[in-house]
Amino acid sequence: MSQLFDIKDTPLSIEEVVEKVTRRECGAIATFIGTVRELTHGKRTLKLEYQAYKPMAIKMLEQIGQEVRDKWPGSTIAITHRVGTLDISEIAVIIAVSTPHRKAAYEANEYAMERIKQIVPIWKKEFWEDGTKWVGDQLEQTAYPEGKPSIKGEEND
Amino acid sequence: MIKILLFAELQEEAGTDQVEVDKAGVTVNEVKSWLQKQYNLTALENTMIAINESYADENEVVKDGDVIAFIPPVSGG
Repeated sequence: MSQLFDIKDTPLSIEEVVEKVTRRECGAIATFIGTVRELTHGKRTLKLEYQAYKPMAIKMLEQIGQEVRDKWPGSTIAITHRVGTLDISEIAVIIAVSTPHRKAAYEANEYAMERIKQIVPIWKKEFWEDGTKWVGDQLEQTAYPEGKPSIKGEEND
Repeated sequence: MIKILLFAELQEEAGTDQVEVDKAGVTVNEVKSWLQKQYNLTALENTMIAINESYADENEVVKDGDVIAFIPPVSGG
C-alpha cells in the first residue's frame, strides 16, 4: 500500500489520496482540498512557496493520523501536502478520511486540518505584488505561550 | 558535533539551511544563543525546537550527533 502521509513536490491528485482510504467497510469519505487563494483581505497573492522539514513533517502527519484513529475509531485518514512553488488555485493539501458513517468523517477531516496548522513543520512564503514574506501562523501571533503548538483549534485558514 | 537545521525566514537570514558545530553537552538554549549571535538572527525567539525530528524542550542537553531543528511558527495547509 502506498503511504498514507506524504509530502510531494509535484501536483497532487485527489483520486490518488481518496483511493488510499477507500475500504469496503466505509460508507463515507470526506475530502478537504486546500488551494492557493489569490486575495487575502484585499491583498493580491501572485504565487506561494511551501517548504517542509520533510522527515519530521511526515512523522507529525502520522501522529495526527494516530490521533484521528484514537478519536474516531474505525476511521482511515490519508494526507498529502505539496511543497515548492504553487500558482493561484493549485492544490496545497489534500485530506481524505473514510469512516463507516458520515459525521465522523467530516469531524475528523476538520480536526486533521487544524492540527496540520499547529504541529506540522511546513512553511508558506507569500509572493505579493509589493514584496514577499514567510508567513508565521496565520493569526499573526508568533509565539506559542505554552512552548509547544497548542492542541486547540484556531480560526486560521 | 551537532547539526543545526534552519527553515523559512531563519534560513534566509542565515544564508544557509544547515550548520555543523561542536556543541554537544550544552542545552538547546545555549545553542540558540550561539546561533543568534553567529548569524544576527531576528526571528529566533518565537521558534520551536526539535531534536532528532521530535519537539523538545529548550532545557534539554544536546548530544553528539543530534540534529537540532529551529522551527518558526508553521503555516502549512
